[in-house]
Amino acid sequence: MARPADLELASVTKRYGGTVAVDSISLKIKAGTYCCLLGPSGCGKSSTLRMIAGHESVSDGDIVLGNQIVNDKPPAQRGSAMMFQSYALFPHLSVRDNVAFSLRMKGIDKPTRHKRADEMLALVDMTPYAERLPAQLSGGQQQRVALARALVTDPQILLLDEPLSALDPFLKIRVRAELKRFQRELGISFIHVTHSQEEAMALADLVVIMSHGRIEQAGAPRAIFETPASEFVARFIGGHNILPIFGKTVSVRADRVSLVPQDDAPGGRRAIVRSTEYQGSNVVVGLVAEDGTELVAIVPDKVFFARPVEVGDATAVTWDEADIHEFAA
Amino acid sequence: MTTVEETAVLAPSAAPAAPGPKAATRRPTKLPGETPAFVPYLQALPLALILGFFLLVPIITIVVVSFWDYDFARVIPDFILTNYQDVLGSWVTWKTYLNTLKYTAIVWAITLSIGFTVAYFLAFYIRTATMQTVLFLVCTVPFLTSNIIRMISWIPFLGRNGLMNGFLQSIGLVDQPVEWLLYSDFAVVLAMVHLYTLFMVTPIFNSLVRIDRALIEAARDNGASAFQTLVHVVIPLAKPGIAIGSIFVVTLIMADFSTVQVMSGGQSASVALMMRNQMSLLQYPAAAANAVVLLVVVLLMVAAILRVVDIRKEL
Repeated sequence: MARPADLELASVTKRYGGTVAVDSISLKIKAGTYCCLLGPSGCGKSSTLRMIAGHESVSDGDIVLGNQIVNDKPPAQRGSAMMFQSYALFPHLSVRDNVAFSLRMKGIDKPTRHKRADEMLALVDMTPYAERLPAQLSGGQQQRVALARALVTDPQILLLDEPLSALDPFLKIRVRAELKRFQRELGISFIHVTHSQEEAMALADLVVIMSHGRIEQAGAPRAIFETPASEFVARFIGGHNILPIFGKTVSVRADRVSLVPQDDAPGGRRAIVRSTEYQGSNVVVGLVAEDGTELVAIVPDKVFFARPVEVGDATAVTWDEADIHEFAA
Repeated sequence: MTTVEETAVLAPSAAPAAPGPKAATRRPTKLPGETPAFVPYLQALPLALILGFFLLVPIITIVVVSFWDYDFARVIPDFILTNYQDVLGSWVTWKTYLNTLKYTAIVWAITLSIGFTVAYFLAFYIRTATMQTVLFLVCTVPFLTSNIIRMISWIPFLGRNGLMNGFLQSIGLVDQPVEWLLYSDFAVVLAMVHLYTLFMVTPIFNSLVRIDRALIEAARDNGASAFQTLVHVVIPLAKPGIAIGSIFVVTLIMADFSTVQVMSGGQSASVALMMRNQMSLLQYPAAAANAVVLLVVVLLMVAAILRVVDIRKEL
């Protein structure tokens, strides 16, 4: 296995004609990190990944992998490997030949490359399917073949472009756990592009939230959820109420909002219940405050059913002073 | 890891399978509003009639006539094998077939290389779909005139006192006019390439535009050079288009008589030309026997192409 390497982006910029897709972003990713680039479509996360991979030229700035600048190197010489969104398995080649493709390009003889490919297929538990064509595999199996094909090049860093988007929700969660396990076992960095905050939260050591070609916030999932740096981040990751208090816009986590009868809470905000959504362990209550602010309260089921509310009920919401989070920016 | 997925796939299919045997024993009952049984046949009738009249009947006629007898003025219904003995026993037939196959091989190779190059350029180097369509239509412009006109237009260009010879002499490359430019195998091949290249471009282009661009990137990501990508990814995926184009070109050349006649100035023969000559001598049964042999040869060639490439994916 290749030695894991640090990745650094230094003021990396991507321009397409007059439009700036990635605007001078800087980021350090330590070796062995599971990093998720998260953001809405068009935020520049895919362009960033493709620049790291070498499938897109860098307009400005440097990409440093290990101790060398890789800006002008072709993809295969960077020490990175990419797993494509729709897996991009060669439809005319068997699973084994797909995995052995890069070895064949290097001119490695057939027995050696088949042996290496079979090792990789064993790693991803796909040995029985070596002779099949990609079209004869399910989505999850194709994903594992794509992973094996990327890993056979012995990458220092693996780049994954929305690797779970083609899978059904049930499979997504299972494959997600597998990806995390592979990353931990291999000890190399995974950079994973996604627009699902749930996926990023579940997988990442480092979440990088992007918007309009810039990094809004980079940090551990917990840091991001507890202290979102901006209104955009708070809205994008969800589970936060954004409201004005004393002339400032602040956030309060929805699970820290409690519902109380109007008479009991002189300090509470009066609000009308607009919706209730039962989710098993929680009930999500949508409310509109007197000043028109929309609020969400996530109430544990036990608490909710001790004093249930219905749509149209007047109630009040309160939270601890300590749960008010002011944005850094 | 696989078991979870597979049971998930199996589970739903197991449930509807249960009432299967019961449903099979029950006689099918007609639902109100269901179409009567003869309707599908009625729907298939127009196409069946067209194929019957324009394909089946002519072929059967040719096969039947190929066993008839003839003299200088009449055809006589009969069942004789003389026509086939004449066709297969004559060295002229073999020589003519060899000549036609030679044209086929040369023109196939040239149209394939030109056709693939043009299609590759259109599919991979032209970025917008609009521009692709425009350039593709440009390729079809020569087809606005008839085959004969396009062929004949080569004559003033290639002739003894034509533009090409004039040019070569004026730059001092040759002293005497080049004789082999016109009325030669060169002229036949040139005209055929001109006439048939588009039949190669179209299906190959169609195959190439369907190749997912991510595959090209994946090849590059795996360290393939541009040439390796071409050989290991693009050409294998273009095979169905290459096969369809090859079928077009091969069948067209095998059946060609006008190009060979005009461009060789009557000095070369082709199988179809041989048949035409027999017909002009009213030797219809002989021509019919020749046609049956040609049909079999061409079908064998098409079968050979289909054995190499599975084109069902394309259709």
